[in-house]
Amino acid sequence: MRLEARVAEKSFRTAAGQSVPVIANLSFALEEGETGALIGPSGCGKSTLMRILAGLDRNFDGSVHIPTHGKVGMVFQEPRLLPWRSVEDNVRLAAPHASDAEVATLFAALGLSEHRAHFPGELSIGLARRAALARAFAVRPTLLLLDEPFVSLDAPLARQLQGDLARLVESRRMIVVLVTHDVDEAIALADRIFVLSARPTHVVGEIRVKNQRAAMNDEERKSIAARIDALRGAA
Amino acid sequence: MTTRLISLVALICLWQIVAHFANPRLLPGPMAVLTTMTSEAASGALFAALGVTLTRVAAAFLLAMAAGSAIGYAMGRNALFDRAADPWIIVLLNLPALVIIVLAYIWVGLNEAAAISAVALNKLPVTVVTIREGVRALDTRLDEMARVFGFSPVKRLAHVVAPQLAPYFAAATRAGLSLVWKIVLVVELMGRPNGVGFEINTAFQLFDVPLLLAYALPFTAIMLVIETLAVQPFERHVSRWRPRAA
Repeated sequence: MRLEARVAEKSFRTAAGQSVPVIANLSFALEEGETGALIGPSGCGKSTLMRILAGLDRNFDGSVHIPTHGKVGMVFQEPRLLPWRSVEDNVRLAAPHASDAEVATLFAALGLSEHRAHFPGELSIGLARRAALARAFAVRPTLLLLDEPFVSLDAPLARQLQGDLARLVESRRMIVVLVTHDVDEAIALADRIFVLSARPTHVVGEIRVKNQRAAMNDEERKSIAARIDALRGAA
Repeated sequence: MTTRLISLVALICLWQIVAHFANPRLLPGPMAVLTTMTSEAASGALFAALGVTLTRVAAAFLLAMAAGSAIGYAMGRNALFDRAADPWIIVLLNLPALVIIVLAYIWVGLNEAAAISAVALNKLPVTVVTIREGVRALDTRLDEMARVFGFSPVKRLAHVVAPQLAPYFAAATRAGLSLVWKIVLVVELMGRPNGVGFEINTAFQLFDVPLLLAYALPFTAIMLVIETLAVQPFERHVSRWRPRAA
């Protein structure tokens, strides 16, 4: 089981009819059980790439091989919960095969147990993001796509959610693609970090963090961050 | 609820005061109308006419809502169909009700089918435009979410699309019922041997204003009841998830 994405070209057509390339010769791969972070300047086409990986956009040159069996779970930049359904209904509508026990475990792990009957409009942004995470995990995804799932949260809350996310990912065999602009978040969660260029975007460099993280000290963390910065500067 | 009741009582009081100064043949007071209403009800004529008219209203309304929603949905979803059908809708929107009715009677004949389809055809474009507006306002981000999580088309319609269209549907219902009722009366007046419109024509020929009001007002009362007991509870139900303003 392996994710292999190769996008030779993806362009948008402007209102004036001009073709603007967004992605050019971008490729990366992830093995089962790995988390990959895509890090790049804002507006570089990360969200476009995520839509391609999610199968929402098939209008591009290239190929994406995703684990064929199993489902895709996704957390968008906004929670995208159905406002007229409770938190629990939102999860169950997306994951009708999830058992009661599974849903209860997920809610407990994400601190949502007391909010399962609430409507999304009654939740804080942090809780809404937790609900979106619960929904994505409930489908038992083989591929989990996270598009800046913690953007616009304050730092302590984001760290807390990153911790919860890391624990949930650890106990499951899946491939995770995380889009982020936060270097610390990438180092904290990813096994491989792909640094992307500005538009038209491609992978400038790959940094492996796998197997180092458990024993990583501040010194090593800083050196990885410095390597990411160097790649970003070169891009 | 109480505010609505007080407002209604105030309207009747105003009527009473104006009627007091007016010629009773031209504007009878509420009591005079009520007396006529009671005698028409006792003879059974009022209920017969109301029943016939209500049936026509219901038939034309359901027809226009069903067809109008389907067409409006398709136009909102499909840009090509929207461009193709839009001129038709504009023609239909601006064709006077009277013209549609007369043409229906000439082409189809003086029968029930012509009457009901003429009314439905008058209501249809308004429903189309309202529902199309709702479909255009659908949140594409929720649509993407449903696609990623593999919602079936039925599930998407029921849980993602329908709740977003509900307010537009309620608006179309409210505007539609009153429009349909008004046009049904014209249709009855012009070519049907029964119903409230027919009775009003009789009252017109006799210059009998109490009789005219005795037939016209019960229907407004029925509409008020439908609005209070059906349309508004429906709106409250579909918007129950919205956080209330403090």
